[in-house]
Formats: sequence, C-alpha cells, structure tokens
Amino acid sequence: MLESIWVIPAVTFASFWLILFFGKRLPKHGAEIGIAALGIAFVLSCVAVVEWNARPADEVVEAGHETGALEEGHGGAEVDDEGHALGEVQTLALESAVEAEGGEGEHEAEPIRSAVERNLTWFSFGGVDVTVGTAVDGLTVVLLFTVALISLLVHVFSTNYMHGDVRFTYFFAALSLFTTGMLLLVVSSSLLQALFGWELMALCSFMLIGHWWEKKPNSDAAMKAFLTTRTGDIGLLVGIVIMFFAAGQTFDIAAINEAALSGAMAETALVAGAAALFIGVIGKSAQFPLHTWLPDAMAGPTPVSALIHAATMVVAGVYLVARLYGVFWEAFDIGAGGVNPIALIGGITILIAAALAFVQTDIKKVLAYSTVSQLGYMVMALGVGAWTAAIFHLFTHAFFKGLLFLGAGSVSHAVHSFEMKDDMGGLRKFMPVTYTTFMIGSLALAGLFPFAGFWSKDEILLGAAENGYRLFEVVGIVGAFMTAAYMTRCVYLTFFGRYRGHGHPHESPPAITVPLIVLAVFSVGAGFLNFPGFERFFELTENRVFLLAGVEHHSFEVFPAVVSSAVVLAGLAFGGMLFFARHLPRGVTARSGAARAGYSFLVNKYYLDHLYTGVVIGSIKGGIARAAYWINQKVIDGVVNGVGIASKRTGSWVYRHIDQQVVDGAVNGAGFGAEGFGGILRTIQTGRVQQYGALLFGASAVLALTLVIFI
Amino acid sequence: MDGLDDIALTAAVFLPLVGAAAMMLTPREHDTGHKVIALLTTLVTLAVGVYLLVGFDYGRADVLQFDVNTSWIDVINSRYILGVDGISLPLLLLSMFVCVLVVIYSWNHFPEPHNPKAFLILILVLETGMNGTFVAQDLILFFVFFEVVLLPMYFMIGVWGGEQRQYAAIKFFLFTLFGSALMILSFLALFFQGGQTFAIADLVAVASDNIPRSSQLLIFGGLFMGFAIKVPMFPFHTWLPDAHTQAPTQGSVILAAILLKLGTYGFVRIAIPILPEAAMAWAPWIGGLAVIGIIYGALGCLAQSDMKRLIAFSSVAHMGYVMLGIATLTEFGINAAVFGMVAHGLITGMLFFVAGSVKDRFHTLELSRLGGLLLQSPRMGWILGFCAMASLGLPGLAGFWGEFPAILAAYNPAEGLSEVLFRTYMVVAAVGTVFAAGYLLWMFQRTAFGTPREEFAQARIPGMHWPEYVAWTPMLILIVVLGLFPGLLFGLTTDAVGGAVAALGGGS
Repeated sequence: MLESIWVIPAVTFASFWLILFFGKRLPKHGAEIGIAALGIAFVLSCVAVVEWNARPADEVVEAGHETGALEEGHGGAEVDDEGHALGEVQTLALESAVEAEGGEGEHEAEPIRSAVERNLTWFSFGGVDVTVGTAVDGLTVVLLFTVALISLLVHVFSTNYMHGDVRFTYFFAALSLFTTGMLLLVVSSSLLQALFGWELMALCSFMLIGHWWEKKPNSDAAMKAFLTTRTGDIGLLVGIVIMFFAAGQTFDIAAINEAALSGAMAETALVAGAAALFIGVIGKSAQFPLHTWLPDAMAGPTPVSALIHAATMVVAGVYLVARLYGVFWEAFDIGAGGVNPIALIGGITILIAAALAFVQTDIKKVLAYSTVSQLGYMVMALGVGAWTAAIFHLFTHAFFKGLLFLGAGSVSHAVHSFEMKDDMGGLRKFMPVTYTTFMIGSLALAGLFPFAGFWSKDEILLGAAENGYRLFEVVGIVGAFMTAAYMTRCVYLTFFGRYRGHGHPHESPPAITVPLIVLAVFSVGAGFLNFPGFERFFELTENRVFLLAGVEHHSFEVFPAVVSSAVVLAGLAFGGMLFFARHLPRGVTARSGAARAGYSFLVNKYYLDHLYTGVVIGSIKGGIARAAYWINQKVIDGVVNGVGIASKRTGSWVYRHIDQQVVDGAVNGAGFGAEGFGGILRTIQTGRVQQYGALLFGASAVLALTLVIFI
Repeated sequence: MDGLDDIALTAAVFLPLVGAAAMMLTPREHDTGHKVIALLTTLVTLAVGVYLLVGFDYGRADVLQFDVNTSWIDVINSRYILGVDGISLPLLLLSMFVCVLVVIYSWNHFPEPHNPKAFLILILVLETGMNGTFVAQDLILFFVFFEVVLLPMYFMIGVWGGEQRQYAAIKFFLFTLFGSALMILSFLALFFQGGQTFAIADLVAVASDNIPRSSQLLIFGGLFMGFAIKVPMFPFHTWLPDAHTQAPTQGSVILAAILLKLGTYGFVRIAIPILPEAAMAWAPWIGGLAVIGIIYGALGCLAQSDMKRLIAFSSVAHMGYVMLGIATLTEFGINAAVFGMVAHGLITGMLFFVAGSVKDRFHTLELSRLGGLLLQSPRMGWILGFCAMASLGLPGLAGFWGEFPAILAAYNPAEGLSEVLFRTYMVVAAVGTVFAAGYLLWMFQRTAFGTPREEFAQARIPGMHWPEYVAWTPMLILIVVLGLFPGLLFGLTTDAVGGAVAALGGGS
C-alpha cells in the first residue's frame, strides 16, 4: 500500500468525475459515490497506517548530527531507479556538509523507518527532469487517516444536512475534489506537485464557500478566501522558486530538506526562501495578519466549514512547515530558542483570535476564531521546535473541531439559525446527543484532562518551555485560559438558560448524530496515543528530517501539566462565573469609555477588514486602477491620437500647399497614414464613408502591390 | 513519402487560399456551401498539421524539418524557405486548430452584416498568413505573411465590428503597420550588413559576427518595435483593447489566440537568435516593460465596465508573462514563453468565445447589467468559471505552465543579466498572479453569480447550442490535458529552445 499510496487521492478524484457525470441519475444523487469513495480511501489509509507501523526501521540517523550518518544501502526504501538516484544525491549532500550545529551531538544513533518514495519523470524542460511521485512516512499516514476519516464523516453528515439543496450533487462532487486536493498534498514528494493539491483546495474552497452564490455576501466570502490565500501564495510561489535553485534545481522535498540541513544552501537564499514560504503558510493557515478570510468562510454550508477547519485547507500550511522542517529549522535557527518569526506569528495569532472569539454572537464564528487560535498553537509549536507536538495537536484538533462544527450544524438544523443570542439557549433538553458530544468537543478544545486537547496542548507548552521559549509558554497558557472561558460562554449561550428561538427544536437524525458520536470518541481517546510511556504517536511520526535537525521530543511531565490544567479550570470557572452565575459586569461598556473602545475594537476585528477591503482593495480597484486607466486613455492613447492628428495636419498641409498634383508611392503612403489617423477623430464626428472607402482601397493597394511584386 | 514531406508545409500554408478561391467561385447565396467549403478547407489543413505532427522527428526537435528551400526572388537573394522545429510546430498547429473551431463556431454566429462568403474567405486568408508566418524561414517571406494577416483582420473589424469599428480597425492597421515599417528597415539592415542574405539560419550563423555592436542594438530596436506592437507590450498596447472590443467574436478569438503570438514568436525566432548580443542589452528593458505590463494590464482590467474589454486588457497582462520569460534569455524562460503562447491562445480564445456567446444572448457585455449567468445558462456559466480559473493560472490547467516557469526563470536569468533586477521582476510578476485572480474572479462574480438583473429576469436565455459545444469542447479538453501533461508541449520545445539558447551563449 505504501508504494501505491497514489491510489488514495486517485479514488477520490475518480469519485469527483463520477459524481459530476452520473451523480444526478442515481437514487441518492451522487452522495453514495462520494461516501463509497471516502470509505475506500479511509480503509486504504488505515492499511497504510498499519503497514507503516509494521515497517521495520531500516535506517540509522544520528540525531542532531548534520554531518549525517546515513546508513549505506538505505536505498532499499526506494522503489525504482529515480529513488536510488535520489538517495545518492542525499548522501553526497550530506558528505559535502561541513558545518555541525553542535550542542546536541550527544544523542545515540537512532534507527528509524525511511520514507517510501516512488517517483516518475513527469516532464523535462530546460534540461531538468521534473518528477511526480509519492513519499510516505509517518506524517503522511497520520494525515491520510485524519483527512479520510473526517471527510468520510462530513460526507455522511451532509447527506442529511444538505438534503434537498438545489446543488446537492454538485456539492458532493466538490467535497470529493476538495478531499483529493488535501490527499494529493500530503502524499506529494515534490513541492511543485504539492502546489497542485494546495491550489486545488483553493479552488474547491472558492466553490464551496460560495456554494449559495445567489447571495452576494456568500460569493464575496468565496472571493475573499481565494484572494487572501492567493496573496499568501505570492510567497509560496517565490519560495518554491528559491528552493528550486537553492537545492540544485529540484522540487523534491526530501532533497530540499537535506540541502538545507547539510548547509549546502546559501544562507541568504535559505532565509529568503523560508520567509517566502512562510508567507504562503500565513495565508493558507489563516495566521495573523491574513486570518480574516477564515471567519468569513462561514458563509459556506456547515459541513464545508467542518472540512476546511478540521482536516483540509487550513492545516495545509501547518503541514507544509512540518514537511519542510529542515528548511525552517535552519533558516530561523529554531534550535536556538528565544524568538523567531514562526513562533511569533503563531503566538500573536493565538491571542488575537481568542480575544475575538469572545465577542461573536454567531456560533460558527466563535468556532472559526477558535480554529484560527488553535492553528496559532500549531504554528507556534513548530516555531518553538515542538515538531511532534504540533502534528499531534493537528491530529487531535481535527477531531474535536470537526465535532464542534458538525455539532453547530446539528444545532442549526434544529433552530435554523447560527445566532446564539437570539435563537438558541436551553437546547440541552431538546438535543441530548448533540449536547453531550458538543460538551466533549468543548472540553477537548479547552484542553481539560483527560480529553484529547489536553495532551497535545500540554506537549506544546512543554516543548516551548524546554526549548528555551519561555515567552511562548506563557502565551500558550494565557491562550488556554481564554479558550476555556470563551467556550464556556459559547456552551452557555447555546445549551443552557432559556430557549430564545421559535418553534420546537428536536434532536437530529442518525446521519447527523452518528458522525458526532464517532468524533466524540476520538476527542476523548485520541490523546492517549501519546500517553506517557506509550508514545505510539511519536514513534509513528518520527522522521529523519527532524532527527537530523536534532529536534528534541519531550515526554510528559507532571508539574507543567498540573499548572496548565489549573489554568484551564480557572478559565472554565471564570467563564462559568460570568455566564452561568450571571456575574456579568453589566453596563461596563456603557460606563467606561476604555471598555467601549476595546469592545468596538474587537467587534470590528481590529479594523483589519477595513484596512484590507476599504483601504487596500478599495484604493487599488477604485483609485489606482482608475488612474492607470485614465493614463492609458488620456496619456498613452493621447500620444497615439496626437501623432495621428499631427500627421493628418501635416499631411493636409503638404497636400494643399506643396504636392497636390504629384502622385507617387512614397507620398501616397504618408498621406494614407495621415488620413488614417485623422479619420480616428472624424469617425466620431462626421463618419464620411467615402473617405474610408478610399483608405481601404489605399491600404489594399499597398498590400496587393507588395504581394504582386514579390510573388 | 519524401515527396509528401516536401510539399507538406507549402500545403499547410496555401491550402486555405485554395479553399478561399473555391469560395470566390461559388455564388453568394449558397450559405451552406460556403460553410462546408470553409470547414473542409480548415479540416484538411489541420489534417496536414496532424501529418506534420506524426512525421515530426522528436529526437531532432531543434532542427528544421519538412524544410523546403527553393529560389524565389533571386534579385534580392530572398528564397522560399519553409521549415518547422519544436518552437514553430506547436504554434502552427494552434493556428490550424483554432481556425477550424472558429469556422465551426461561425456556423450560426455570423455578425451583422452577415455575408458568410466574405467572412469565411477572410478567415481562410488569415489562416494562410498565420501559418505562413510560423513556417517561413526567410525574412522577406516572413514579412509578407506577417503583413498578409493585417488586411483580413482589418476588414473583419471594420465591416463586422461594433459601433466604433472604423476607429478600431484603422488604429489596429496603422499601429501595426508602423511597427512593420521599422521591422522591414531592420530586415534590410540585416541583409546589407549581415552578408546579403535573408535566410534566418544563415543570419543566425553570421550576423552577430559581421555587424558591429552599435548597429546590432539599433537593428534590434527596429525589430523590437515591430514585434512589441504586435504582442502588444506596454506602452504600445492601446490598439488592442479597441480592436478586441470592436471585433466580432471570431475576430477577437483569432486575434487573441494567434495574431498576438506572431510578435512573441518573432522575438524567439528572429530577434534573439540573430542578434543575441543586442538581445542581452535589451533584455532588462524588455523584462521591465513586461512586468509593468503585467501589473498595468491588471489595473486596466479592474477599471473596466465591459466584459470584452476586460478580457482584452488581461491579454496585456498575460503576454507580459510571456515576454518576461523571453527576456530572461534562459531555457526555462523561453520554454515557458512558448507554453504561455499556446496556453494564452487556448484560454483567452475561449474567454472571447464565451463573451461572444454572452453578448449574443444578452446583447450587452456591460458588467453592471449582467449577473446570474449560472442560473440562466448554467453550462456556459461553468465554462466561463473554468476559463477564468485557467486564465488566472490554476495549477492543473494550461495557464499555469506559462506563468510559473516564467516566474521561475526570472530568478535566475541568463548570465550577464542583473540577478537583482530580474528577481525584482520575479516578485512583481508573482504579485501579478493575485491581481489576475482578482479581476478574473471579479468578472466571474459579476456575470455568473448572483441573480439576473431585472431587465433580464424574465428573458428566456437559450442554453448552449451545438456549434458552441463542438467548437469549445476540444479547447477545454486541451486546456486540461496540457495542464496535466505539460511534457506534451515541453517535450517539443525544450530541445529547440536549448538550441536557440546555446546559440545565444555562443554569440555573447
């Protein structure tokens, strides 16, 4: 399975076409194809996980030693000739390295599994063979499993949630294609190919966020998502180009990582390339300051939100950093501690998004900002060198965020709204399953022991502390407090108190509740995969890049865990006090100017949207584009028309005063030119047809003459 | 077989004229007869193209094949030399291919004042000019074909065009002719200084040795004007939006798909190989104008209120990528440029087709009056969306391979060119991709999303009919196929470009 991993995205891609062409004629309008395909993809992903797990370690990597101890003959991992060639390139790159980071050279050589690569030549141009292929390691199989599972559940959920939608079939086709994009990204062995998956998701997010495009706000949200991520893609494109040349004209991810770690890359190119790539990550993973598209993306149907937030699209950026960790590690000197751009952006994102989550009244927007905030945790984790923790958080977050979104969908299915303040409240009595699962998801998100979020968040905090990033540990703890508090608010407004909506809400049918239950099980259980003393997750995902780099993995420690749990409890208590015990400081915003200003600062989302939409886009589209067009019409074209007028005047002057009788070829030509350009004006004013007739005749005569002479 | 090979290119060029002659002899009333003759002619020509494609020796894509070399105008030592290599073959095929589809599309889309006979004859004459330009290997022959193209297009715009057709047609004609005048001067200079020959291959071999550097620079300047106007590069582009806006749909498609490529092809085939040293000196300026064009064209798009004019301005931006690729003077860049030419031809051609069909149905292309196309004609709406995505360079579709490799090439321009400068160009070009997404999606949102405006809410908008299906399907398929298997095209061009660039290295 590991060698033919391409089958997994191929299945979902086939599903896209089948649904598109045959979906409408089927009894379930194409949903059955999508579910079947995702079922197959999920089973195959499970097989891949099992096979990877059973794969013996065949390579020895000396952790922290960049001079590298690549065991001879590790090429056994490669499947074909290209693979061998690649292995040699890597060995050479390693041998040529001179610089050893030092400091962490004490580690023993560690046996690990080498990635299973398979490459084919896609095309060659300019003397370079561009390959297409798959590379499978622990990171890949974990993501395959997560993506396939979440997507499968979202498909099942959608059969009921989207029932009766005008574009039901089309919706399922797009879901399949979306999943294909993410699957393609995670199996890609080359950056260029990864870009295909990356952009495929951008396309699908455009289609799905704008699913109900009859309404302008929806299509605006779709545009915003596409254009914002595309703005980040400027960096991605430039970064890929820089990496291509810096690594010796290759797009191969493994080769790029090796080149970065071996010191074979020029320092400036490495830093510039990493910075550029990270801009792409900021756009895709909704990091500050390009996070604004994600909350607006709520305009799409809820299952799409679940898919985007839990398993695809936004985690693509996190995945990219994890995949190219050698590059980022070296470029930003992550091993050194202190502050670096990745940790900084992640840290800022955690806090600003968590703060925004407090003032939302739309349940999906609370969840959206919490996603932004949690993505901040993942990015920060990568920034502080907690590689495993970042992936682990990506993994656990997928389940509880998927659960929360689908739960919100289930609620809205009952009350036909997403407004917590106006249309919800007291729903726990009406929707017990949704309520219970939503509570589990919330506690997991808040990071309470023993739910999944606790384990992964704890690892991030621990990593930050141990790797010399104390500041970010504090940021993480503050973030945890805020998370616990805003989720308490969200749960309170939705499920407790008095029902404020209309009609009679009821529990959702099994197509909706079963996925909730499955995800709830994972939200409780997934964390135990890295239980102290049973670190299956770590062992599964351990890979050569982070070993080579010398990334440290820190096991569970009791004291920090107790501290973070205490903070989470404090957050829950704080939220409980505010909302459940109704000790809301009412009227604060009315009394205090500062509080009012702070509140409106939050409600206006730090005015970033005003900046982007109003100032940046407004000035480009309104002012700058118009000015450019004015210049085009008045200046550039003015010159053209001016030349026309001038030569027309000259021509007629010459014609009148000098040469009325003489007719020869040269003068004909000039007069023809003059007449022509003068005609530009006259067309508008008089439109004298016979003159154009004469002109046409003149023109054809000149050309006919040319032809007659030469042929 | 040899006999066939010898006449293949001649047939490819002149068969359309034969068809045109046949149509002249057919009385005007026989509408269907004219359509059939035109279709058959273009199909047979395309068949010749397929024959060339099959018989082409891909191992020697850098060498001229199917070449013909006979005397023509002895007095000026201009010879009838035809030949195709890996650079010209794709463009030649594109020209043949698009002409067939344009004739099919014309079946029930004749613009006022109708007259299928004259209209189709013009298309066939155009095809001769275009095919000839791509296979001519003698400067005078090239020039003749290059100019033959002008007249039919002039009539097409001037007679079948929109309200300001006269202005647009004259502007198109004179602007291009102005460039041609400088171009022919340069050709003559090459002839007199470069060894009394017009044969491109001979000039490539001797010109750069025989001609002093200062003259080279001037000669290149003349060539630059001729080709840059045709491309068109900023700031010589103002004829294009007018010509496109006023031209009938078929004219716009041919203009965008093929005519613009005559300019870029001229750079790759003539200007750069013959005068590599001068190309080196000019390249920073060309690259600069190219990236200005990318941003400027995009800004122009955003200021438009007319769909067709918007697409026209997008050509300025897209041809900017092609020119940027050429300006890097690297294998990556010129490969990207040739790919970009074909991709732009297919994609922008398609966009003009769709715009034409939208106009047929709504009788307007004002963005403020359109909306909800997806509701009234869903398939056309999706096709428009597809083309917009292809045009903004979505990976997996053909447009990407014109854009990304050009950006890639700019990072590492040919030795001797300033890296800092070209890397700046690279970033500007990458920023341009966001602008492209901006204006294309904006156009798509305005026309296809939302609900129809009040004036069209009750109108019955016919769905797509068969000529549209038949004409568009091959283009759409090709956009996907080339997007997924770029090797199909790069495989053809890479050796030929390698040869051209090698000459460049030798010359400088």
